[in-house]
Amino acid sequence: MIAPHFPVLQVVLPLLAAPIMVLLRSGRVAWVLATVVSWAALGIALSLLAQVADGSVVSYAIGSWPPPWGIEYRIDRVNAFLLVLVSLIASVVVVYSRASVAAEVPREQHYLFYTMYALCLAGLLGIAATGDGFNLFVFLEISSLSSYVLIALGRDRRALMASYQYLIMGTIGATFIVIGVGLLYLMTGTLNLADMASRLPQVTETRSVLAALAFLTVGISLKLALFPLHLWLPNAYAYAPSAVTAFLAATATKVSVYVLLRFYYSVFGESRVFSALPMGEILLVLSLGAMFIASTVAVFQHDLKRMFAYSSVAQIGYITLGVSLDSATGLTAGIVHLFNHALTKGALFLLLGSFALRLGAVKFENIGGIARVMPVTSFGIVLGGLSLIGIPGTVGFVSKWYLVLAAFDRGAWWLALLIVLSSLLALIYVWRFVEAAYFREPDETVAKLKEAPAEMLVPAWLMVGACIYFGLDTGLTVGGASQAAAELLRSGR
Amino acid sequence: MSNLLAHPGALLIAGAVGLIVLRGRVRTAVALIVPLVALYVAWQVPDGIAAQARFLDYEIAPFAGDKLSRLFAIIFAIMVFGGALFALNQTKALELPAAFLYGGSAIGVAFAGDLITVFVFWEIMAIGSTLVVWSAGGRSAYRASLRYLMIHLLGGVLLMAGIAGHVAEFGSIAFGSMTLDSPAHWLILAGFLINAGAPPLSAWLPDAYPEASWSGMVFLSAFTTKTAVYVLLRGFPGTELLLYIGLFMIFYGIVYALLENDMRRILAYSIVNQVGFMVAGVGIGTEMALNGSAAHAFTHIIYKALLLMSAGSVLLMTGKSKCTDLGGLFQSMPLTAACGIIGALSISSFPLTSGFVSKSMISQAAVDEHMLYIWILLAAASAGVFLHAGIKFPWFVFFQKDSGMRPPDPPLNMRLAMLLFSALCIVLGVFPGPLYELLPYEVRFVPYTGAHVVTQLQLLLFSGLAFFVMLNYLRRTPTITLDVDWVYRRLLPPLCAAAASGLSRLGETFSAAASALSSRLVAALHQHHGPEGVLARTWPTGSMALWVMVLLLAYLLFYYL
Repeated sequence: MIAPHFPVLQVVLPLLAAPIMVLLRSGRVAWVLATVVSWAALGIALSLLAQVADGSVVSYAIGSWPPPWGIEYRIDRVNAFLLVLVSLIASVVVVYSRASVAAEVPREQHYLFYTMYALCLAGLLGIAATGDGFNLFVFLEISSLSSYVLIALGRDRRALMASYQYLIMGTIGATFIVIGVGLLYLMTGTLNLADMASRLPQVTETRSVLAALAFLTVGISLKLALFPLHLWLPNAYAYAPSAVTAFLAATATKVSVYVLLRFYYSVFGESRVFSALPMGEILLVLSLGAMFIASTVAVFQHDLKRMFAYSSVAQIGYITLGVSLDSATGLTAGIVHLFNHALTKGALFLLLGSFALRLGAVKFENIGGIARVMPVTSFGIVLGGLSLIGIPGTVGFVSKWYLVLAAFDRGAWWLALLIVLSSLLALIYVWRFVEAAYFREPDETVAKLKEAPAEMLVPAWLMVGACIYFGLDTGLTVGGASQAAAELLRSGR
Repeated sequence: MSNLLAHPGALLIAGAVGLIVLRGRVRTAVALIVPLVALYVAWQVPDGIAAQARFLDYEIAPFAGDKLSRLFAIIFAIMVFGGALFALNQTKALELPAAFLYGGSAIGVAFAGDLITVFVFWEIMAIGSTLVVWSAGGRSAYRASLRYLMIHLLGGVLLMAGIAGHVAEFGSIAFGSMTLDSPAHWLILAGFLINAGAPPLSAWLPDAYPEASWSGMVFLSAFTTKTAVYVLLRGFPGTELLLYIGLFMIFYGIVYALLENDMRRILAYSIVNQVGFMVAGVGIGTEMALNGSAAHAFTHIIYKALLLMSAGSVLLMTGKSKCTDLGGLFQSMPLTAACGIIGALSISSFPLTSGFVSKSMISQAAVDEHMLYIWILLAAASAGVFLHAGIKFPWFVFFQKDSGMRPPDPPLNMRLAMLLFSALCIVLGVFPGPLYELLPYEVRFVPYTGAHVVTQLQLLLFSGLAFFVMLNYLRRTPTITLDVDWVYRRLLPPLCAAAASGLSRLGETFSAAASALSSRLVAALHQHHGPEGVLARTWPTGSMALWVMVLLLAYLLFYYL
């Protein structure tokens, strides 16, 4: 009875939970509510994924207004995969956040934190679920505005500045996206993405459509922190509360990648973006820039959170590299890395949160010998780091394997070589951690530390475990990704 | 799954875990029994695929056997046993487990039926061997182990890219023979060759191995390079390029070993030299040559381990490893000296030792293929081996001047290990039949013909002649203590001396240039990528926004053109 409403319930539950939290003004209740809605969203997402697994599409008309006049929620294998990812990360992070937030955010702001968390989740799920161009923009703004607040809650005063910069850049990005959607509306007279796709061929050669593509590309690139538009990201990730960093790093940029894929493949169509325009080449160059430059910057960082933030920029480069190769394998690699990197970075930032809980600032100079007092956390970071490098048996290897395969499919063996060489840079910055944590003598502050509480370690290690599990059993991830890739390539025809 | 339990490599890796946990007598028992069980199991592995699994989209065969893989697995297991026996009194607790991991993964490569499994064990091997170097302790071992790891991971990523390319091109993951017709295969070959110690990256081997402990280097000498020989035998038999790479390695090893003063570095260069013979054999590519390479890998593991055990014993008992500091040790370490001499004779392919029955196959293959120049070069190289490893090592360490040191022979377990491997060297040399049985192809070769023996003896005697004639000349003036500089200046022809100083100057210039270049590179990287660099500092919001506009305009420009 309730099942037909799943596509909208997914979004509405966290959206409604937010005002209730504000009204109740209790941090504890807010946390319980946030946990409940996150797990409910995960349950719904899983059932939706099961529904569309056979390739069918679930279309839900809001208020029973049939599309294209009303707002349509449209779930296919691409966004069902993403919905599961986002709600999964949210469910794990929310469990973790109680202890972490208690330490990092003033008590009277706790309920606001969870309100914003629920709103952010609603926004991200909304972006993924909706089939309407303007609705997409609205949810993008909901998720962005709430994430600005979440970042500003960080205890470092620079968090305010970081949040402000992200606000300016994010708003520019959102504006560009709405301009792009507006131009498309102008040309096609519809906001429904599927409808838009069917009408675009008649006006495809016009400059307005090209301008729309340019605005959308730049706007979305800003949101997904594609090099060189990543400049807001390192500070935002470094100064946000640990739980927020983990949540945003694992979901926000990934949802933006989804938006990019949706517009490129489902709306404009693969041939218009990649064959008629040099989009593949541009994306390729920017991705390589991200992979090498951001990784090299990461090598020189003093602050671990910033280091892994730059590593995120580099890893996003791998995702867009897969997209730029414009093939089924490349797209599969990109999508699978989207999932895999979310797990890896989620795990890493959650574990860094354990350090932050005990230490405050997580800099290389003050984590010397920390593996002796916090062995569980440290070993988790090592495993996550191995996944970043792409050691066999971790998810990172799976992504890299398909990327290299896609590069060879295109006959670009030099590109394959660059991909694997860039992983040596990841090795260097992961090694810096290993050296500091394992091979240095702990100083007095470190020697007195205790291991993080179980309620933080268990969620973090769930993610670490997932990094290993999905590195061995790739049926779900690679299978899901290749189906999603096939769906995207088909929808563009 | 149950088949995987009978995987000798998995057994050794499980043994490594046991060695970390256990202490005392139980640990000793595990260290000795597990390799023997692995040896037995390796012997029993049947032909064909013994275990299958699914990984990514492929049916992988992590456990598959044939004659070639059994041969290498058997010698690796023997080596782990001998090495463990030798290293029982090693106080560095990490070394033995690391060596088990290392040897187990080498066996894993030998039984890998597909390229992904090869890659996985390849990487574990890199980690295991790094740990062996690192466990020696101390700053320089730590730094050496990092350099070593970097080189091997570089080899690993080349290999991975190549494997992915192979799969993309041919759709098959099976590990079979390949030809150099696609970039993917070049990458795979490059990955393999880095582990073999081939140019231009040969230097990792003499750089890292001598940093290991007295027992660690025994393990290191056996697995990495010989696994590389194994994969070359399986993947690239008959690739002509390998012939020239092998010849280069042979002479590189000889020249640098002759210039070297540290006994373990001499032996490290000599590994490159010996692997060069095997690689050249792979390059010749006939059944005889491939058999020869495989057999030579087998015998080389034993005699090189024996030489390093002898050198390791000296290092342990005296704490010194420079030839100039050593000498005259035969008086108090007779057993070590005798075993070292047996190893030295084997590496020089003296008749009735194991080196003779294997290396002569490679030379014979060159003869069979009418490769005259190759044969001459191989023969000249044999003389060179005799000079640098066959005479130089035992002479300077055990005889020469009297250093005054009177250390006793090493503890019982180390003596037993040396005796075991000495016995193997001689038994294989006298009765090569069982070894020939194990080789991948049918052996139609008789080592002990008059011609073979006489040729080899002539070669050895004449190359030894120079040494001994000079020696007698020295003995006539007993007031002169034999100094290593003196030997270099007088013993070798002046030409060689000139070449030596030239080479070492060249080497110094190169390494100075390389370190200057790398520090300048790091400085340049730091300037732009470091925390205050333009690529990493926090930008004003306005400039960020400017970038957004620039990008938008660029896109519009691209689209409208």
